[in-house]
Amino acid sequence: MKFIEDIFAKVRPNFEKGGKWEKFYYIYEAHETLLLAPNSTTGATGAQIRDAIDMKRMMMTVIIAMVPCLLFGIWNAGYQHYLAIGEVAALGDILLTGAILVVPIIIVSYAVGLGIEFTFATIRKHEVNEGFLVTGMLIPLVMPASIPLWQVGLATAFAVIIGKEVFGGTGMNILNVALTARAFLYFAYPSQISGDVWSFIGEGNTAVAAFSGATPLAIGAAAVEGTEPMVSMLNNSWSEGLFDFWNMFIGIMPGSIGETSTLMCLIGAAILIFTGVGSWKIIFSVFAGAFAMGTLCNVFGANEYMLLPAHYHLVIGGLAFGAVFMASDPVTAAQTETGKWIYGFLIGILTVIIRVFNPAYPEGIMLAILLMNVFAPLIDYYVVAANKKRRLKRATV
Amino acid sequence: MSQNIKLKKGFDINLAGKAEKKIAELSQPETFAMKPSDFVGMSRAKLLVKEGDTVKAGSPIMIDKQVEDVMYCSPVSGEIAEVVRGAKRKVLEIRILADKEIEFESFEKHSDVSGLSKEAAIDQMKKSGVWTNIIQRPYGVVASPQDTPKAIFISAFDTHPLAPDTNFILEGYAKYYEAGIEVLSKLTEGKVHINVNSDTAEFLKSNKAQINTVSGPHPAGNVGVQIHHIDPINKGEVAWTVAPYGVAQIGKLFLEGKYDASKIIALTGSEVKAPQYYKTYSGACVNKLLDGTTNGGNERFISGNPLTGNQINSTGYLGHYHNQVTVIPEGDYYEFFGWITPTTKKLSMHRAFGLLSFLGGKNKEYVLDTNTRGQHRAFVQTGSFEKVVPMDVLPTHLIKAILAEDYDDMEGLGIYEVIEEDLALCEFIDVSKNDIQSILREGIDLVKNS
Repeated sequence: MKFIEDIFAKVRPNFEKGGKWEKFYYIYEAHETLLLAPNSTTGATGAQIRDAIDMKRMMMTVIIAMVPCLLFGIWNAGYQHYLAIGEVAALGDILLTGAILVVPIIIVSYAVGLGIEFTFATIRKHEVNEGFLVTGMLIPLVMPASIPLWQVGLATAFAVIIGKEVFGGTGMNILNVALTARAFLYFAYPSQISGDVWSFIGEGNTAVAAFSGATPLAIGAAAVEGTEPMVSMLNNSWSEGLFDFWNMFIGIMPGSIGETSTLMCLIGAAILIFTGVGSWKIIFSVFAGAFAMGTLCNVFGANEYMLLPAHYHLVIGGLAFGAVFMASDPVTAAQTETGKWIYGFLIGILTVIIRVFNPAYPEGIMLAILLMNVFAPLIDYYVVAANKKRRLKRATV
Repeated sequence: MSQNIKLKKGFDINLAGKAEKKIAELSQPETFAMKPSDFVGMSRAKLLVKEGDTVKAGSPIMIDKQVEDVMYCSPVSGEIAEVVRGAKRKVLEIRILADKEIEFESFEKHSDVSGLSKEAAIDQMKKSGVWTNIIQRPYGVVASPQDTPKAIFISAFDTHPLAPDTNFILEGYAKYYEAGIEVLSKLTEGKVHINVNSDTAEFLKSNKAQINTVSGPHPAGNVGVQIHHIDPINKGEVAWTVAPYGVAQIGKLFLEGKYDASKIIALTGSEVKAPQYYKTYSGACVNKLLDGTTNGGNERFISGNPLTGNQINSTGYLGHYHNQVTVIPEGDYYEFFGWITPTTKKLSMHRAFGLLSFLGGKNKEYVLDTNTRGQHRAFVQTGSFEKVVPMDVLPTHLIKAILAEDYDDMEGLGIYEVIEEDLALCEFIDVSKNDIQSILREGIDLVKNS
């Protein structure tokens, strides 16, 4: 690939100090380092050799882990469309329809987000960090396929500027950026993102009788007020078998693009854990916390939602996606190893509490993670204080 | 009570180019040098010689302005050829043109060191140059003779990548080593600890000291890690550490009455044609050593091991505390999609996508170059430092406390217990490519001078 090196070598002087496009050096550098791993070498003192991993590779691993969710989401978007209009379609048609719905959302998310990242890098004169590569994919995956594109753009801009750049950029943010985008839409434009989120492409199509875009979480919210057991409400949906346990586990149901399939999230989790990029402690403890709280709710059983078997909580809504891709975000999660257990477990507990006790917010995991993002430094503070205390105890002075 | 410590955390960097246990002939270099920068924490070097003076092995060359009674002595006899100075006339190197036949300053000989008093022992060590073998913890600087340490620690094995075999380089030194342990035991009110692994030779396990066994991957051989598990250092306490070579050198001073700076060093690394051992003196110019022994091409010469050593050029000098010279390829090349291309040739502790190094199995030897494999970034990854530091310290938080110059946190998080080598693996594995070792030294300097 010598000719690529030559091209960059030719253009490089223009962007270096004194060159005519000096201001845009970091934008140039971001592109160069993407194609060519840089020629920088270690310093004269300290470690003369370095581990092969870098931030790009780490972030790319997370994107790879999201691919199963993305592909399934595209298929599911198409499938739900044809299910709603009562047609049986070939796989190609399903994927095409799904892609028409999903791909523009991804393009808008990356275009807006990277545009802002490049602008900030130029103004601040720092390298373009790779964090947005992951965020840009996470945002589409937590949106319903029916979301208007201008809302995606607006939410991305809000999340990147207010959620990240005001704190100093990648590595400095307090709240998970992708969830900030979702929370923004959730509070600013609730009708497009909650409740009956899923719809078919309306033009020229009519939905089958009794069609409803309700997600299991919306049904759960209704169950709080009702008297019918929630499991039977789920089983009596407009399409047979849509909300039975294994179908929800596989994810063939309405919901946000990447969130519906617990199975795909678990494949992603396996990739993250095997490569060591995601913390298995956080992922596992979120599930454990949700299951524990679900079981506790069963014991009290004050309403029909509380009586929902605990394992259902693990497959409805975005719990699995949140646990695998959002809670384990290393920047906003607890950073101590002990802290990670506590952090994940509390997210699981809070998710179920928010779902069951506060039906105004059907999606519990989003609020639970954002809340625990804020408390993560506090958890770390106590874990670190315990470490200091151990050291102080053995001191004599 | 001897202790048995099993460490799980850590990471062995298995590099190509281990030295074969064979001592090759080396025509001795003409010049040797003392570098004040080798003595970490030396406040200001004051020269006791000038260009043209003749010295013997063991003649004082310089002192530290703050500890004026410890002599830094010439490793060889000859003429002071040149004093190399840098900015603000800071002394960088004192070069000595060596005699063909080394002459030694004579110091008092003792056929039996057991009768020696503590004061006499310290006095002779300070005068003769061997005192610099004694390193103080905290801070990792040359010890002050005024202190009495709570214990003295000796790590009898080295787990650094390509490290020379301690058993081999001290073969035949058993008598001196034993005498050295005896002298050291006079200097502390506590114990002398010798920390060994399963491969340590019997002659290094003196019965005048407490023998502790340590097992596990690197950094198990780091004396700092061992101290942490055996008898940790708290605020206000002082412990001393001595490398096995230093112990033997101390013993030889008392038994034979001379400062013998000869040492066996290993020439290692993937670019060395036949990695093996050579006999020379501290501070040797490496030009003769590297002459014709490497593959040629674009190479990096390192005094010390690839994890904590210093870059030198092909006519540079061996560091005072180093017993190894490593030659690896320079990594100043661009690599098309180098950050993502799947390969089994690169080594990583992380098993991130596309990096298949773990497929090579545990015993595969890697050729690593000096490419940083990425650029500096903000701290993002958490939990990985903790996997390679087998101590109850929180490296991520310690580093952040140093960056924030938070003295209370640095103290609380254990800055007294670590020096650069203990966190060197963190620097190696860091996804964000920070210079962890130099950050740590800044922190140590801050608490030391506060």
